[in-house]
Amino acid sequence: MKIIIEQLLNGLTIGSFYSLIAMGYSMVYGVMKLINFAHGDFFTFGSYLGYTLLVMGISYVTSTLGVWGGMIAAMLIAAIGTGILGIVVERIAYRPIYPAGRLPAVVSALGASIFIQNAIMVIWGPRPQAYTSEVIPGYILNIAGFRINILQIIILLLSFLLMGILYYIVQKTTFGAAIRASALDRETAALMGININLIIFFIFALGPALGGTAGVMVGMYYRKISFIMGWNFGLKAFTATILGGIGNIPGAMIGGLILGVLEMLGSTYVSTAYKDVFVFLVLILVLIFRPTGILGEKIAEKV
Amino acid sequence: MMAKSVNSQVNKFNIKSNWIVIIVIISFLLFPLVIKNDYIIDVAFFFGIYTLLGLSLNIVLGEVGLFDLGHMGFAAIGAYTTAILNTSFGIPVLLLLPISAITAAIFAYLVCSPIIHLRGDYLCIVTIGMGEIIRLTLLNNPFGLTGGPNGVFGICFPAIGSWLIIDNCLKFYYYVWIVVGLSVVALIRLQNSRIGRAWNYVREDVIAAEASGIDVRNYKLLAFVLGAALAGVAGSIYATKLMIVSPESFTFMESCLLFCIVLIGGMGSIPGIFIGAAAISLFPEIFQAFAQYRMLFFGAVMIIMMMFRPGGVWPRQRGRIQTTSILIGADQSEL
Repeated sequence: MKIIIEQLLNGLTIGSFYSLIAMGYSMVYGVMKLINFAHGDFFTFGSYLGYTLLVMGISYVTSTLGVWGGMIAAMLIAAIGTGILGIVVERIAYRPIYPAGRLPAVVSALGASIFIQNAIMVIWGPRPQAYTSEVIPGYILNIAGFRINILQIIILLLSFLLMGILYYIVQKTTFGAAIRASALDRETAALMGININLIIFFIFALGPALGGTAGVMVGMYYRKISFIMGWNFGLKAFTATILGGIGNIPGAMIGGLILGVLEMLGSTYVSTAYKDVFVFLVLILVLIFRPTGILGEKIAEKV
Repeated sequence: MMAKSVNSQVNKFNIKSNWIVIIVIISFLLFPLVIKNDYIIDVAFFFGIYTLLGLSLNIVLGEVGLFDLGHMGFAAIGAYTTAILNTSFGIPVLLLLPISAITAAIFAYLVCSPIIHLRGDYLCIVTIGMGEIIRLTLLNNPFGLTGGPNGVFGICFPAIGSWLIIDNCLKFYYYVWIVVGLSVVALIRLQNSRIGRAWNYVREDVIAAEASGIDVRNYKLLAFVLGAALAGVAGSIYATKLMIVSPESFTFMESCLLFCIVLIGGMGSIPGIFIGAAAISLFPEIFQAFAQYRMLFFGAVMIIMMMFRPGGVWPRQRGRIQTTSILIGADQSEL
């Protein structure tokens, strides 16, 4: 019982990373109908930005900001930097190519992914880097016999807060309605007076910003980052997107959390070595039996 | 008669009538004899492997328009079949070439038949998952067969008896390019056949194809099976050349590179595949001096290429109509 609850918490923590990344995927896919393969690398970039502040500027952080301020500053910087990167990549790699169709856009996204990944390697070096422990809150709480890392609680609260904000923006505000409308039908939305360029600008800033924040959290949680980790996390996050129903924001959140919990429970009760296999197997089963995902709506057949 | 005239229009890349092709073939045959540099011949060998893999993915992606981002998985099946059967049971490698192809094909049939109804991006994701499952399973050493992260090593040289042993760069070069040549001839024949045309109809418009009586499901499955078989052959040759197979060679990244070969060259275009494979395999070697920056350039080149030639370098011509222009210009939301 104790193990189950602790593993559930671990699973939720990992799941919240997947959710944060997946929401960016989902928004971009919803509006652009493009699998943004570079999204995983946005995440890595955010992680490295946080690393730069927390580890390279450690003396500054510990003297002026303290542990909590440093953490928040790292996340903010990662979010802003990654958001800017997202906008730049959209301008350079997607916007000129998008009129040519979807397949060239996919190649361009792969190109952007390879470019960013290697740019990170050139800037920060090819070896994995470590987040130092001095700037990361790491007390172990003992609540009713459960040993819980306070960092997990912080990560969970923060990511739920971010998800909540995004959910509110997308579901409750006028701007969110415009996003949902353009996801449904871009041309018609444009005819209705929605500024599609603004929407695209917004989703390419916000999605990567969330991913970048998740990057800092992952760095703090695992204490180790490498320039290739974007592939793996990106792939899992995309799996989460599909699981929840592609182009569906609440679906991406739920999909990510379910995936994280499944991965943790799978590695506890089935096999640690096969935990990733387990994740992809679930994905394939979902796609075979419910291709539109858990929260997805049935798409009418074009006749 | 009608069908015959259509055929001659369909294919401009015709071995009999195209003298450029003859020059290309001769230069490929003479190249290693003129340049006696093992390193360059090895690069040309890997160019051949990538061509073979590109041709195999071209069947699935180029001809039928099915997004397959896990294609390296099939090559992995072929490579491991060769490796395991050769090291554990001592079966000669050349005999294992068709066996690897058949194993990969059977595997593709079993794995793809439940997912073949998925469209476009969904299929893309499932194939990513499939490729990853294959790789992770190999990594986890099931039944102690695949050797985990170290892989299987000690694969013998391909040989017929004792008079033809393929044991150096030069022989491997001819080995792979003869296979490429045979595959190209077969694929050109296939493109002009009833099957090839049916595939192209499926790619252009699934619903119209179904309405005109094409068994869409089986033709898609056939493409996957044939593509997997050819990838299996490529994997087998790759394994015998390196004498070792390990899961590292069959990552998602490699599948992406194959995807790029087909799209850079031009979908469904065989000469395009050669160009795409050359781009993928020669680019990193040419820019060896800038080792750290070469993949950076590579990513940038991919983006720039898609800006100026989104249909690929050598798009397939069909009579006077350019197929890719239809393909990328049209609404693809239901692809």
